[in-house]
Formats: sequence, C-alpha cells, structure tokens
Amino acid sequence: MKISMTVNGKTMSGEAEGRTLLSTFLREELGLTGTHIGCDTSQCGACTVHVDGKQVKSCTMFAAEADGAEVATIEGQANADGTLNKVQQAFQDHHGLQCGFCTPGMVMAAVSLLETNAKPSEAEIREHLQGNICRCTGYHNIVKAIMAASGQEVPAVAAE
Amino acid sequence: MYNFEFVKPSTLDEALAALADEDAQPLSGGQTLIPTMKQRLNQPSKLVSLLGIADLVGISDSGGTLSIKGATNHATVARETASSFPGLSGLVAKIGDPAVRNRGTIGGSIANNDPSACYPAAAMACQATIVTNAREIAADDFFQGMFATALDEGEIVTEVRFPIPVASNYQKFEQPASRFPLTGVFVAKYGDRVGVGVTGASNDGVFRWKEAEEALAANFSADAISNLTVPADDMISDLHGSAEYRAHLVKVMTGRAVAAC
Repeated sequence: MKISMTVNGKTMSGEAEGRTLLSTFLREELGLTGTHIGCDTSQCGACTVHVDGKQVKSCTMFAAEADGAEVATIEGQANADGTLNKVQQAFQDHHGLQCGFCTPGMVMAAVSLLETNAKPSEAEIREHLQGNICRCTGYHNIVKAIMAASGQEVPAVAAE
Repeated sequence: MYNFEFVKPSTLDEALAALADEDAQPLSGGQTLIPTMKQRLNQPSKLVSLLGIADLVGISDSGGTLSIKGATNHATVARETASSFPGLSGLVAKIGDPAVRNRGTIGGSIANNDPSACYPAAAMACQATIVTNAREIAADDFFQGMFATALDEGEIVTEVRFPIPVASNYQKFEQPASRFPLTGVFVAKYGDRVGVGVTGASNDGVFRWKEAEEALAANFSADAISNLTVPADDMISDLHGSAEYRAHLVKVMTGRAVAAC
C-alpha cells in the first residue's frame, strides 16, 4: 500500500506492507537513516521519533498507522541555517555522547520533554529517559546537556 | 514478523465487520502486540486498527464514575485524571516509559491481561465495569487468569468505568530491567468498602486480596494487615523472585499503598 506522511515539514510517500514498521519505512523507504534501530524490541529508544508531536518508538508502530501524520526525526532538528539546535548543541558542549548510537533517540526524547516541561529537574529528566538506553556515557552528561539546553545551571550530578 | 492485511476503519461497526474474518485481531497501541508478532508468537491474518475510531477515545467524569474510552492512551489518562482520580493517574504515569505511554491504551492493557500489567490491579480494586461492544462485564468476572479474559472473539473493549474512590494509591515493586511490577498493589478506599488489587504476583493473574480488604474496611491502617499472611502456593516463582518473596511483597506493597492513601 502507498503511505504518505509529512516528515520534517516535507510531504513524503512510499510503499509499505502491513508489517512495515515506521522505523523501517523511514530508513529504507525514505532513506532517513538518522533514526537508529538498536534493540528492535521496544526497550532502547534509539528509534524515537515524534508522530503528531508525540514521542514514540518507531520500531513499535506500523508505518500504516502514521499515514497522514506529521513525523519529526533527527534529520529535521537542526536550525534552518544548518546550525545545531539547542539540545544538539548542548549534547556537544557537555559531551553527552560517545559512540553516538543512542543520540538521535536521546535528542528526540529530550526535545519532547522540553516541549512540555521547559525547566525539568534532574529527577524529571532521568525519569523521562527511562525508555532510552545509553551504554557509553552513564547518562550523567546527557542529563547535564538537557539541563543546559533548558537554560538551567548544570549541577554536579549524583554519583560524581 | 509474518505479513498481514492492515485496515483502519473509522467506525466501530466497520471494525466489528472487519474482525469477523478468521484470524483477524484488533490493534490498539500495539506496545505488546507488535513485539509479540516480531517474535512470531502471534500471526494474525488481518489487523484492525482501533485508533481511527473517534468514539473510542476520551475521558468523562460524572456522578462519581470515571469513564475511559478503550483506545485512550496512557499519557492522556495520566494527564487528565491527575485531579479527579490521582491514584489512577499515578499508576498510569508509571506504565512503561514516556514513548510507550503515548501509544499504549487502556483497552489494550485490559484485553491483553498480562499477569504483570498495572491497569488490571486498579480495575479489580475499584470493581470497575468493562464495557464492550456487546455487554458490560464486572472486573471480577472479566479477568480469568494469565492473558485470559471473558472477551469473545472479535469483541472490543469500548470503555472502562471506575467508581472514583475517596482515596487510592498504587505501589509497584519494579523488576528493574523491564520495569514491569514484580508485584504491584492498588488500594482503593470507598465509604463502605476497601478494594485491594494485586498484579504481577500470582500464577492466576490479577486478584483481589479479600482478607486484606475486610481487615482494612474495619481499620484502614497498615497495622490492620500486619497479622495477615499471603499464601505462596499460587505465586509466580522465577529468576527474579521466588513465590515466597512475591507473597511477602504483596503484604509490604499493600501496607505502603495504605500508608500513602
């Protein structure tokens, strides 16, 4: 079947079977490989995108369910002039990534958090990231980056 | 996963007609069904999405009863019941993670009846009514053991009605990797009774701890259950915890929920 959606502001369409996952559709049909597939079992959150403004795991949603939806992926996060958005810049400034595999999902989760909670506490950030797994950083620098992106002072975090 | 035909009707009648086909199944948020299909533990010939049916989404509060339509997602319930039914809001706000809560629905959770699902504990404690396209079913009759419910083939949970308690609280002891409850207890206090719903613990799925309900109705304090014991015979025993451990947790979590009410 033919599926159409607005991805990062552009109307895009492609072919999908019933079983085609949104993550597969974005990567293989639309060529948007910034959305990563880590576990493919709904645990790791590397595939996090926004569908109609809501953070979802694109490996646990069928592409057909996003037909007609507004989808936002990591490819659309930079500012119009090509510079990094505030969350991406904060990840760079605070060394919020090492291997980078989880980063697209982390950034999409963080952007979603800041849309509903402009000044989250450290605890709120950690709770919001429960569905996003990073095996490099130990999360501290990711938490710091999100504190910084929200314009807050970056405290020494627990266990440092 | 095996392929299937995907359909997304906009009315309940169309959905029921589509579900009449052999091996057709309803699809709500898919947060359990899709992982199950990836493992090829489930292979429907057709999935009928319920998310395009406007009548299946929404929350209303009238006469002390909170009604949640079947395809309402967890994030919406957590947000919209925060003041009217904080005990339920607190339970829903801790299901899975934020992304899962934007997809998973109450109807899906109730219909799947995972032995570690959170919603059934609240439904049992509150003696909720599960409404389907065909009938109304009391929670006591609806849940029939692990992954088993009173639903017939092709029957859809359209709404769940909770009598709103005077006070309520949910305590779950999380299995730290999956964050499903190793044991979770929902306590609901009404004017004339107390409900205690337990999930995650029993081989028979969600259950009401009736002995504690009686003790708490007479004296609503954690002390009231201190002399009760929960038999370990029917409890789940696995690498995360023995049957005796889970039986112990039922009592501890009940006490914490009472104290937090």
